[in-house]
Amino acid sequence: MTLTIELDLQSFVLLRLGERRFAVSAKHIAELVAPSRIFRFPHKTPKIEGVILRRGRIVPVCDVAERLLGKRLTSRRFYLIAVRHYGPASEWMALPVTGECELINAEITPAGESDAPHVAGWISYSGDVIEVLNLDALTPGPDAMPLAGNLLETQEALR
Amino acid sequence: MRLAPPTKAKSVRTEQIILFRAGGQLLAISSASVQEVRSVDSFAGSATEISAPGLPKVRHSVLRNNEMLYVVNGALHFGLPITPAALVFVLRKTRTVLLIDGIEKMSTMTHLQALPRAFCHEERQWYRGLTALDQSVVPVVKPEGFLTSEEIAQLDASVLASVLASVAAATDQSATGAQE
Repeated sequence: MTLTIELDLQSFVLLRLGERRFAVSAKHIAELVAPSRIFRFPHKTPKIEGVILRRGRIVPVCDVAERLLGKRLTSRRFYLIAVRHYGPASEWMALPVTGECELINAEITPAGESDAPHVAGWISYSGDVIEVLNLDALTPGPDAMPLAGNLLETQEALR
Repeated sequence: MRLAPPTKAKSVRTEQIILFRAGGQLLAISSASVQEVRSVDSFAGSATEISAPGLPKVRHSVLRNNEMLYVVNGALHFGLPITPAALVFVLRKTRTVLLIDGIEKMSTMTHLQALPRAFCHEERQWYRGLTALDQSVVPVVKPEGFLTSEEIAQLDASVLASVLASVAAATDQSATGAQE
């Protein structure tokens, strides 16, 4: 008798923040780019440093290290351009990371009730247990942005 | 994962903008929103000092065409360091006179991108969106975003209280004079 174990492998991007590694579902990653000039302007949203220009888009830069490590990154080598969902809409967001990223396949263990909201699950890789990040919970955004408000805002921007 | 292209106008429509500085920060405003540009010196004579608790960004009011306008310090509004202000913009269809450092230049905007949803606090009231100009990104301010209706009501109440206090003081003074 042959026992077949079906592994539910998914693709993840491993990113490094300081000494720690985290994972993000590869479905939520657009690209990895070298740091470029950050344009800063007044705002009140914590964790957003400013914006970068990338392929004609204006992309907000969000430093998630402080929340994940308890301190800001002293060095950053790349921006991981991730896709952040806002209800039915999605937008790019640049996450500063310390080192190169790696694409891997792994089986995810879903997060438990005791895990923080930004933890989507856990994967085992190279002898480490790595947090899979839920970017929608980790990065700022309106909790429930009314759709009508979005449409009005878009129309205003097109004006 | 591919995303839909960024929000932009289908046809290239341009808009004249004024690039200006407030608190040292470069900002843009549609020139159609600016009714008048005046120097602070020429404007100061017509302004009256007011005090609205909790609204340090407004220190003066101006009565124009039977309407009370409020002078908003741009640097304080955006939480920037205070810099010497040289000009004011009288903003069309608002009750705001905006105190700014100065005008940088006039320019033309071809695209206005909605403020990314990651920005989810007061700045959504401050800006119409962001525009890329000369490989730089400049926020385009919303003229009606400098004073909320609640702030205007508070300022109107402060002005009214100040006027009533002046009238009461004048009445007391004349009554005292009559007794003497």
